[in-house]
Amino acid sequence: MSSTPLLLEIKDLHVHFAVYGGRLKVLDGVNFVMQSGERVGLVGEAGCGKTTTMKAILQVLPTPPAVIPCGEIYFKGRDLLKMNPNQLQQIRGRGISMIFQDPTAALNPVFTVGQQLKAVIKHSAVRGRPLSADEVHQRAIQSLQEVALADPERLLKSYPIQLSGGMRQRVCIGMALATNPELLIADEPGTSLDVTIQDQVLRLLHRLVKEKNTSVILITHTLGIVREMTDRVYVMYAGNIVEVAPTAGLFSRPMHPYTIGLMQAVPRLTGGGVSDGIPGRIPNYLQPPTGCRFHPRCPHVMDICRQEKPASYQVDDDHYVACFLYRGEEGKGS
Amino acid sequence: MSLGRFLVRRIVHSIFVLLGLSIVIFVIARVMPGDPARMALGARAPQWVVDRVREQMHLNEPLTVQYVYWLRGALRADFGLSLVTQRPVTADIQEFFPASLELVLLAGLFSAVGGIGLGVLSARYKDTWIDNVVRVISYAGIVTPSFIFAILFVLLFGFVLKWFPVIGRLSEHTVAPPTVTGMVTVDALLAGRLDAFADALRHMVLPALALAMGSIAQEARITRSSMADNLGKDYIAAARALGISERVVMGRFLLKPSLIPTVSILGLDIAATLGVAFLVELIFNWPGLARYGMTSMLHKDLNAISAVILVLGVAFVTVNILVDIIVAYLDPRIRLRAARSE
Repeated sequence: MSSTPLLLEIKDLHVHFAVYGGRLKVLDGVNFVMQSGERVGLVGEAGCGKTTTMKAILQVLPTPPAVIPCGEIYFKGRDLLKMNPNQLQQIRGRGISMIFQDPTAALNPVFTVGQQLKAVIKHSAVRGRPLSADEVHQRAIQSLQEVALADPERLLKSYPIQLSGGMRQRVCIGMALATNPELLIADEPGTSLDVTIQDQVLRLLHRLVKEKNTSVILITHTLGIVREMTDRVYVMYAGNIVEVAPTAGLFSRPMHPYTIGLMQAVPRLTGGGVSDGIPGRIPNYLQPPTGCRFHPRCPHVMDICRQEKPASYQVDDDHYVACFLYRGEEGKGS
Repeated sequence: MSLGRFLVRRIVHSIFVLLGLSIVIFVIARVMPGDPARMALGARAPQWVVDRVREQMHLNEPLTVQYVYWLRGALRADFGLSLVTQRPVTADIQEFFPASLELVLLAGLFSAVGGIGLGVLSARYKDTWIDNVVRVISYAGIVTPSFIFAILFVLLFGFVLKWFPVIGRLSEHTVAPPTVTGMVTVDALLAGRLDAFADALRHMVLPALALAMGSIAQEARITRSSMADNLGKDYIAAARALGISERVVMGRFLLKPSLIPTVSILGLDIAATLGVAFLVELIFNWPGLARYGMTSMLHKDLNAISAVILVLGVAFVTVNILVDIIVAYLDPRIRLRAARSE
């Protein structure tokens, strides 16, 4: 396992947003690793920095206001943050591709599906060997067929406004996969759709990445989807990774108080009904809490949590928790 | 198909706008104090002549009937005689309107190229010194009236640097091309006279630029803010994330949606320029419509005033239709919505 080169490694990533009245310290030292072929989930409530982390990888955060004061992001051993625009463009699309949260916002309203999809395909061509117009067209058709869209010829000539939400989401998936990326970042695909369509879309995505053997980072706050689709899960809270574990391990033995709260917040069909969730809300990033950022909401808060930021403690094979409750257990698992 | 129906609907709509305008013009012309017949004939004409002319001008009929007569004349491009020039108003308009149109079209070109160019530059180098310079120029351009620019240009480029002529439409030594459209540049091209074309163009540069300055500034500001707005949109992040080159993202996927507000404002600016060019036309001794209109107002030349206002109205409406077509071309949402609401 350790001999395989890491596909993606994020080290101590900080992202701040310079806004009127100060700096929003959104990401506070994110660490993240994944192997080639892995399917990794990233969960956490809205506003905890999941999308920011992913946009930072591809460097599509709007700058200004976003600034990255420190951190390293290695893709197959090369630091993306140190690349020039040309090198970065080579990685985007073919190396790493992304499905954005809201398909309606992610499609340009004044260009047809075909114009957008073809631009992506054209630019994903290997340098020096441009595709002919015909090849581009064929591949565009193929991309739409892959995501089970009927009548691709007509669709290529349609504008996003002429499509349903589900179709737009499929187009976005098709576009992200048209470049045959090694790593696909899927940011809450289907969240904006109704549940039945969402389920179809996710099943489709699941099947496609399996067929193509694409590595995936799946961002979601629906834990059921994580359970079904991922091998390993990162739990994020307020700009920190608070727990990492193999999917099965996380669900059988969640450890961080935040993860436990998250699991309890899931409404169940049998017994219990809807829980109260975790009291409180995501902190203000202008003046985030000292120490562990979760301490104001934590039921097990101790003195040390208010002063120091917890390290990531290994509690089992591949299971890490950033919480002082587990300080003593470090090293026990391995 | 949808664009054709869209166009027909807009034109029908415009006809009603112009009818409304014609009623306003007519009423204003008739409620102004003074007897039009007496004004036309002068104070010393005998009363019986005035009475006969009143009869001829249908001034004794009810207002509604008078309006129908007036409208019928207007539709045949017959607005009667101008008190000032003692010629048919239509002949005056035919002479002055092309001169203004030519100037305004060139000014429009300057605004489009200069305004969009500066706006793109400003957005591309947002928050750098380039952006700051463009923004300062923009604000200065918006608050400075065009005649100030006209005077400055005459002094600087006309007298100090002597790059461009500052008076009239052609140099003395240039033989005017035969009049076909009334626009000297177009006539010169039709006659195959490149020398006259170049000369006419040189005469137009300064006045057109003076007229365009405000609009260039306005367009630059709008293009910049619209591009800056759209730069934060997810579809731009998505285009970048999927590996599309920065050049294509900026020049195509960002520019097109960002031009929609610019085009709308640009159209209004160009149409407005036709009417407000008075001082610039005066400074450059340009025989244009704005100057003619202002002179007729000062002389209470009702026939000429009505005609000038109507011509400006038609120009406004036409420019608006053109703008709608361009915007519909740029923005499928508008085109498709218009088609759907049929």
